Amino acid sequence: MLPLLILVSVISFGLIQVMPGDYLTRARMNPQITQETFSQMMANYGLDKPFYVQYWLWLKQIVTKRDFGTSFETMRPVYWTLFMGDRLMWTIVISSSTMLLTWLISIPLGIYSATHQYKTSDHTLTFFGFLGLSIPNFFFALVVLWLLVAVFKVGNYGLGVGGLFDNRFINAPWSLAKIRNVLWHIWPAWLVIGTSGMAGLLRYMRGSLLDTLSLQYVQTARAKGLSERIVVYKHAVRNAINPLVSMLGMNLPTLVSGSLVTAIVLNLPTVERAFWSALQMQDTYVIMGGLLFFSLFLLLGNLLADILLAWVDPRIRYN
Amino acid sequence: MIGLRRKKKLEEGPEYYEYVSLSQGQMIWRAFRKHHLGNIGTAIVLILVVSAVFADFISPYDYKAQYNAYSFSPLSRLHFRSEDGFSLRPFVYKTTRQFDRVTYQPTFLEDTSTKYYIRFFVRGSSYKLLGLLKANIHLFGAYSKDGDQAMLFLLGADGFGRDLFTRTMIGGRISLAVGPLVILIIFPIGIVMGGISGYYGGGVDMFLQRLGEVFMAIPGLPILLVMGAALSGFGLPATIVFLGIIIALSIVSWAGMARIIRGQVLAIRQMDFVAAAQAAGSSDLRTIIRHIIPNVTSYLVVAATLTIPGMMLYEAALSFLGYGIHEPMTSWGQLLNAATNISGIEEHPWLLIPGVFIVIAVLAFNFMGDALRDAVDPFTIV
Repeated sequence: MLPLLILVSVISFGLIQVMPGDYLTRARMNPQITQETFSQMMANYGLDKPFYVQYWLWLKQIVTKRDFGTSFETMRPVYWTLFMGDRLMWTIVISSSTMLLTWLISIPLGIYSATHQYKTSDHTLTFFGFLGLSIPNFFFALVVLWLLVAVFKVGNYGLGVGGLFDNRFINAPWSLAKIRNVLWHIWPAWLVIGTSGMAGLLRYMRGSLLDTLSLQYVQTARAKGLSERIVVYKHAVRNAINPLVSMLGMNLPTLVSGSLVTAIVLNLPTVERAFWSALQMQDTYVIMGGLLFFSLFLLLGNLLADILLAWVDPRIRYN
Repeated sequence: MIGLRRKKKLEEGPEYYEYVSLSQGQMIWRAFRKHHLGNIGTAIVLILVVSAVFADFISPYDYKAQYNAYSFSPLSRLHFRSEDGFSLRPFVYKTTRQFDRVTYQPTFLEDTSTKYYIRFFVRGSSYKLLGLLKANIHLFGAYSKDGDQAMLFLLGADGFGRDLFTRTMIGGRISLAVGPLVILIIFPIGIVMGGISGYYGGGVDMFLQRLGEVFMAIPGLPILLVMGAALSGFGLPATIVFLGIIIALSIVSWAGMARIIRGQVLAIRQMDFVAAAQAAGSSDLRTIIRHIIPNVTSYLVVAATLTIPGMMLYEAALSFLGYGIHEPMTSWGQLLNAATNISGIEEHPWLLIPGVFIVIAVLAFNFMGDALRDAVDPFTIV
């Protein structure tokens, strides 16, 4: 995992080097940066040195001091700029809740699809699954926004769209009304990000369950006179779900990309949003930090999926 | 290949069964024809491709032409009925922009004095058909009886008064070209990397797999955005940026393709005919190219079809966010870039229409790929 992250850091650093736009000049012009801080930054990051020295200094700072660099915009450490306020928490809350919802909805639908193979309901579910897969996240988010604002005129009912709270709740303490308000703002994100992952899961669950249902032990279970419900849910589904757990990790990239675009369109205060602002400002160290964060997020997710798989399927052993 | 039972009805006498042997191609074709959604998808893909090729002919205007008096003109209303009665040939009226005195919001008023009928094969701006033939015939346009022309905005106009229908047709070229172009790049890479990896195994395989994993460990969209930002900062010509985007997409997606090919090569490598080829003294290169690759071709086609929609979605997202296709080039995603803020969408919802084309195209490719996958192999492979 560590060598992988180091290679990722090399790639992101290389890309940033290619990026045009002289952030040094920008930093020098920034009135918030005094001459001393500027020269200190130059010394710390070796900004006047060749790129490999810069890379080495950056990596050294990360390893020895856990310092990912300084944002040229906020003049604060990178992790502060990326995770400012509750951003990290919201990223985790939104991604994990979306994932949970996707699973809670698509697994039963997949089971239904498999037990009603080639019926109209199966075809309909497949079609809608594919539709969700084919709608670009940003376009879906725009359409949801448009429907809410222009068609249903939610503004007339004092409800805002975008962000995570209405203005009056931003500094309010947590209360039932505030939670309700958060839910109101979060459901478009669930809808938009969730639909893109649902089709894959649904199709895999359907395929996996169909494979399992044709196995002999299922026939045995039926021959014993067990009810169809027990045959499907206790015998077949239990085994069909194993390959899906390994898909958990494969779904993560879609989740990250989806939540990035959705956070931009719906203006959600997440890490992805901070990454986007940094990108527009060409805030070098924040961009590199963001790429590392996303990769770490993916790797950790894959690790979790592996652990979960070993837990769900005791036959699997990692050495 | 394998004999398949096929029912054949004779003119007289009872039905009887006949054994016919089908080639692999025929079997794939039969299975493909059974997948109805896949057939519809394929038809839509073909229609979209043809309309992209003949985009200049189908669209009534030049996609760069700005009709400033029609800035944010809504969709032209097609009329069939007037005081003269019903007309099968639809017609439009000329519109003029009026500003609301209080809010200064533009509204478009129809001038009902002259009718402008939709006519087919009319002369208009000149273009080069297929990039070769000079032509100025357009599929349709709105003309009055005395040859006067009215603007026809089937899908409305953007802020510069450019016809969105025209721009959507032209934009489809880029949106549809991105996927195949990426495949053109990642196929050779994937075949070489995946072929070597799957055929030799061992240390080479380990190394190539780890290398691929690095590229897969970086989530696609963030890295694409960084690359897009890097590209768009130099003030390069739009065509160069377009090629850059293709290369960026290839960097992100080659590893997945190499992995799919590796899996297939690995499976075929175990087959007896490969051992036979080796025993007959065939060199490694010859074995890979003559014996293994032809056996994975069908999977390659499926993998290609299923890669295209993903690439289209990436390109659309990039262009929408402003780090993809640049003006004067246009694509469906780039057209949606005009619809970024909510007040704009509220007033001009027709700016969202190009997105519908993305959905339809991606859906069609997905269905086509799904049908191909089912046809090529009953088991899930990708």
